[in-house]
Amino acid sequence: MRITCPHCGARDAQEFSYLGAADLARPDGMAASEAAMVDYVYLRDNPRGRHRELWYHGAGCRAWLVVGRDTFTHAVISVEPAKRHAGGAA
Amino acid sequence: MRYSIASLLKETLRGHRGWTPAWRDPAPKAEYDVLIVGGGGHGLATAHYLASRHGIANVAVLEKGYLGSGNAGRNTTIIRSNYLLPGNTPFYELSMKLWEGLEEDLNYNAMVSQRGVINLYHSDAQRDAFARRGNAMRLAGVDAELLGREQVRAMLPFFDYDNARFPIRGGLLQRRGGTARHDAVAWGYARAADSRGVDLIQNCEVTGIAIAGGRAIGVETARGPIRATKIALAVAGNSSRVAAMAGLRLPIESHVLQAFVSEGLKPLIDTVVTFGAGHFYVSQSDKGGLVFGGDIDGYNSYAQRGNLPVIEDVMEAGMGLWPGLGRLRVLRHWGGVMDMSMDGSPIIDLAPVEGLYLNAGWCYGGFKATPASGFCFAHLIATGKPHPVAAAYRLDRFATGHLIDEKGAGAQPNLH
Ligand SMILES: Cc1cc2nc3c(=O)[nH]c(=O)nc-3n(C[C@H](O)[C@H](O)[C@H](O)COP(=O)(O)OP(=O)(O)OC[C@H]3O[C@@H](n4cnc5c(N)ncnc54)[C@H](O)[C@@H]3O)c2cc1C
Ligand SMILES: [Zn+2]
Repeated sequence: MRITCPHCGARDAQEFSYLGAADLARPDGMAASEAAMVDYVYLRDNPRGRHRELWYHGAGCRAWLVVGRDTFTHAVISVEPAKRHAGGAA
Repeated sequence: MRYSIASLLKETLRGHRGWTPAWRDPAPKAEYDVLIVGGGGHGLATAHYLASRHGIANVAVLEKGYLGSGNAGRNTTIIRSNYLLPGNTPFYELSMKLWEGLEEDLNYNAMVSQRGVINLYHSDAQRDAFARRGNAMRLAGVDAELLGREQVRAMLPFFDYDNARFPIRGGLLQRRGGTARHDAVAWGYARAADSRGVDLIQNCEVTGIAIAGGRAIGVETARGPIRATKIALAVAGNSSRVAAMAGLRLPIESHVLQAFVSEGLKPLIDTVVTFGAGHFYVSQSDKGGLVFGGDIDGYNSYAQRGNLPVIEDVMEAGMGLWPGLGRLRVLRHWGGVMDMSMDGSPIIDLAPVEGLYLNAGWCYGGFKATPASGFCFAHLIATGKPHPVAAAYRLDRFATGHLIDEKGAGAQPNLH
């Protein structure tokens, strides 16, 4: 598997670390309900097919990336800096 | 037909022309008391114990491929009950006891081989952790022996004991652990369940779950709709997808684990060895091939194949433990899709939808659990109450904080 980093170009997936689903929104601290927190920490959609996920380019530019990837074919469909995606919150 | 020395001799004299198929190939009926989705080891064991222990035989097992085409037939066959935590130890020990009586129970040769399992340690801290685990096991009535370096060397002389990073200092041995022939386990349970009237229906993918009044009442399948009073999911690797058909989200990610087999060798290693420091484990099959594996690939995947970096990693770890491995050719490797749960432990519970039962989250350790998983799941389905040794495997433990985090890796499924 190769991931085309927007900063570094196409690199072997081994240069990156994986963190899981990208679109989990952390509920706001004290105001968060228990159910929302359980949802955020533990529950996952886990689709077979297109999945948006966080990868860290540790052996390159050290940026967090949001990678759109097919979990069945392993095809990488899109890569964007996580900063742009989450307004800096990632 | 019962298998025995007499039936084998009789068939030998007849040129082996009288053997009959081990199970029927029935068309699905319109309705069953219990539908089990997933014809892997766990689903088939559940069917067997439902019929044999609870007298519930109006049961169908629905399998999307052929029986045992999932992880039941893809694992590295290791069985053991060397767990640390109270929620786990009695469950895996029940499984070990069921393994010990399995072949008589099923009238089937599952090649259960108690050749021992050794977890190597490489530092004082690891020795202390293993001593603690061994003590916890013995307190729970499970066998465990802490071996020193020379005791391990006497059993396994060809390892690299002076590896600069991970010198072997000793190991924790469970002699009753070992291996079982994985396909035969699935086939044995299938045959036993079929002989009591359970319908085993292959090439029958479940594509939907019918819900009426908040209750699961049946499934859509590739071979038409089937109704049932109780619907039990045992679809390791695909639990999220199938549960989503009933509107559920689970604390599970699907990841791939690879396994490898070398060319055949003369008997060389007569036990199972795990090299935790490098994450590598190895045993020798009765055909002579070394069977080994290591880490999961580490990102969500539904591909029943792995990628090269982990292959490299496993080979490196193997060479670190056992330099002679470099002389061997690897004949085959493959991958299986596993339900990695958020705390690394399984779920056997009623689902939040009435009539639906969950058996999921086995990660890459569920083969050894096959008998107890089926036993306890059948108990839950038949009685509506969890079996005492599986009572900790609740779905709501993630909300109540009663996690069973054997590895202490938190909510990081790719680390369990
Ligand atoms: C490489 C590898 C090595 C492993 N090594 C070990 C080991 O040494 N020791 C150990 O204890 N564990 C090991 N495991 C883990 C173990 O194999 C699994 O945890 C266990 O087999 C899971 O339970 P099962 O046998 O029922 O699953 P499976 O055999 O995967 O059964 C699930 C079945 O459900 C079917 N299914 C899925 N979706 C549907 C649908 N929609 N409709 C109908 N059917 C469906 C699948 O086709 C499959 O046959 C290993 C796993 C792998 C991949
Ligand atoms: Zn980069």
